[in-house]
Amino acid sequence: MPTERITAAFDRAKAEKRAVLVSYLMAGDPDLETSYQALCALRDNGADIIELGAPFTDPMADGPAIQRAGLRALAAKTKLTDVLALAARFRETDQTTPLIIMGYANPVHSMGYGAFAEAAHGAGVDGTIIVDLPPEEDEPLRDEYAKYGLSVIRLATPTTHEARMKKVAEGASGFLYFVSVTGVTGAGSADPTVIAGNIEMARRVSGLPVCVGFGVKTGAQAAEMAKIADGVVVGSAFVEHAEAAHESGDLARAPQGMGALAKELSKAIAGVAKP
Amino acid sequence: MDVRNTWDQWPDMNGRFGEFGGRYVAETLMPLILELEAEYRRAQKDPAFKAEMDDLWTHYVGRPSPLYFAERLTEHFGGAKIYFKRDELNHTGAHKINNCLGQVLLARRMGKTRIIAETGAGQHGVATATICARFGLECVVFMGETDVERQKPNVFRMRLLGAKIVPVSSGTGTLKDAMNEALRDWVTNVDNTFYCIGTVAGPHPYPELVRDFQSIIGKEAREQILEREGRLPDVIMACIGGGSNAIGLFHPFLEDESVRMIGVEAAGHGIETGEHAAALNGGRPGILHGNRTYLLQTDDGQILDAHSISAGLDYPGIGPEHAFLRDTGRAEYLSTTDKEALEAFQLCTKLEGIIPALEPSHALARVGEVAQELGKDGLIILNMCGRGDKDVFSVAKHLGVDM
Repeated sequence: MPTERITAAFDRAKAEKRAVLVSYLMAGDPDLETSYQALCALRDNGADIIELGAPFTDPMADGPAIQRAGLRALAAKTKLTDVLALAARFRETDQTTPLIIMGYANPVHSMGYGAFAEAAHGAGVDGTIIVDLPPEEDEPLRDEYAKYGLSVIRLATPTTHEARMKKVAEGASGFLYFVSVTGVTGAGSADPTVIAGNIEMARRVSGLPVCVGFGVKTGAQAAEMAKIADGVVVGSAFVEHAEAAHESGDLARAPQGMGALAKELSKAIAGVAKP
Repeated sequence: MDVRNTWDQWPDMNGRFGEFGGRYVAETLMPLILELEAEYRRAQKDPAFKAEMDDLWTHYVGRPSPLYFAERLTEHFGGAKIYFKRDELNHTGAHKINNCLGQVLLARRMGKTRIIAETGAGQHGVATATICARFGLECVVFMGETDVERQKPNVFRMRLLGAKIVPVSSGTGTLKDAMNEALRDWVTNVDNTFYCIGTVAGPHPYPELVRDFQSIIGKEAREQILEREGRLPDVIMACIGGGSNAIGLFHPFLEDESVRMIGVEAAGHGIETGEHAAALNGGRPGILHGNRTYLLQTDDGQILDAHSISAGLDYPGIGPEHAFLRDTGRAEYLSTTDKEALEAFQLCTKLEGIIPALEPSHALARVGEVAQELGKDGLIILNMCGRGDKDVFSVAKHLGVDM
C-alpha cells in the first residue's frame, strides 16, 4: 500500500541511523524520457523518496529555477496524465522508492479529484503535495485518497505556530514537509539553529517524520539539516541540471548531473549519525 | 444550489460563495490571511475605523460621486433613461481608490509598513501608491512587462508618487503574472508586508473585504436614484475584469429583486477566437490565486492567457462572488469585443463630453440594446468606473492616429 512505502523508506533510514534524502525533479523537463532517466539516476544514487513535479502555468510558491522548469515541461506539452504515466513506468521496475507528486491544485481539480486519485494509485504514486490546498480546502481530495491509501503530505512553515500545526497535522500522512524559510523555492537557506525548535514542535504535534526543504543546495547544507530533521528535501539544485542539459542540448547531462548531486547529498546526510 | 435567505450572508465562514471562493493558498500564507480576517472583523466593529474611512472618502477621494443623467446618450438610443455613476471622478480617476483606502487603513491597524500590489491597467497601482504616499508607507507595485509598456503614463505617475515598480516578465507579462509575483513577494516578506489586492479575487477574506469597500458605489447609487427618480432602477450595469466595480455597484441592490444586474466581460477579438478575457462566458470552474472560480484554462487545467484591449480587464479569472451570482441566476453576464468597446468609447466621448476608460466602455457598448429593450419607461445605472485619460495613447494607436 502506498503510505507503507513511505513509512518503509523512513524505517530503512532509521535502521541505518540516518536521515532520508528527498529529491525533486520536474516531470517532462526537458522531456519525459530524460525525466525517466533522471528518476533512475536519483534512485541509484541514494534518493530515498522522489518528488515528481507536475508543471503548472502559475506556480505561485516557486522561485525562478522551478518556474523555468515548469515552463520547459509545458513547452514539451507535458500533461498531468503524462506525469502519471512516467510514475507508472518507473514503478514497473521499482517497487520500493516512494513517489510523491508535487504541484498545484488546478490541474488535479480539472481532472477531477476522484479520477486523479484512482489514476495516481494505478500509477504507483504514494502521495501528493498540492501546494495551494491547505487543510481547509483538501478534504474532498483526502476523501478520495482514503479509498486508495494515498498520502496527503502537508506543508508547514516558520509561520505555522503550534495551534496552526494541529490543523496542519489533521489528516496528514506520510511525512510533514517543513518549508525552512518564508519564501519561494530556491530562495536563501535557513539557519538550522533558528528552525530546530519549529521542527521539534512539528514532529511532536504531528507524530510524523519531518523533512526540511527550500534553499538546500549542497552536501554541507544537507548535513546541517539532517542533524535537526528526519529528512532533507532538495529541489531547485536538481532542476538546475535539467536546465543545463536543455541549454547544452546534451540531455544525458540531466541524469548524470542529478545522479552526481544525489550521491553528494546522500553521502553528506549519511555522515550525520541519527539516534 | 443552496441559496440563503439573504445575499448578505455570503461568504460563509469558510469564505465560500456557494461552491466558489475559499482559501487556496500555500501554508506560509494561511496564518496571514487568518490574521487579516480577524483584524477585519475587529475593524468592522470599530466606529473609529469607519469614521476615518468616511472622512477620507469625503475630503480626499471626493465621495459621494455624482449620479449623472446621460441625456444625449439616452436620446441617441431612444430607450430607457441612462444614468452614469461617476466613479471616474474619484481622486486618481477610478473606483480603485475606494478599496485601497480601506485596505491601507487595515494594514496600518496591523502595524504593516510595506504595501505591495499588483496592477494591470495601472489604476489600482496608482491608487495604492497614492494612499501609500498619503500615509508615508513603502509601496511596491508588480506590473506585467506588457502592461508597463502599454500603460506608460500610469507607470510614471506611480513613480512620482514614490512607488517602486517591479516589471514582471514571467508568463505573458500581464496581470495574472503580476499577481503571481506579488504572492511570491508576500510569502517572502510576511512580517512587515501587506498585500493590497485590487479586485474581488484572491483568498478569503479578500473577495469579501474588497466588495465591502467597493459597496460604497452601490449604496450611494441606490440613495441617489431613489432621490432623483423616486424608484429603483430596472437594470444596473458594469464591466467585469476581476469584478470589483461591478460587485461594488451590485451588492447593495442584491436584495432588490426587481433590479436586474448585468456584468459585461471583455470578449477581446471575440469569444469564438479564443482570444478574450471572458471567464464566465468562455471558461469553466477551477482554482487560481487563492479561490475557486471560473477560469480560462486548457483541458488539462493550465491557465490560458487572457486578451483584451483593456489592460484592466485582461485577467483569466473572475471574482468568486460573480461566479456565484451567475450560477444562481441573480446576475447576467454579457460580453463586448475590443472593437465594440472602441466604438462605445468614442460615442460616449462625443455625446456626453466624458472620456470613459476602455474598461467601462465595455459596459457602454451593451447599454444601447438594454435601453431599447427596456423602452422609454426604463431606468438604467451604468458604473462609469474609470476615466479614459490613461487610454488616449493606446486608443490613438488603435485608431491609426500618430501622436
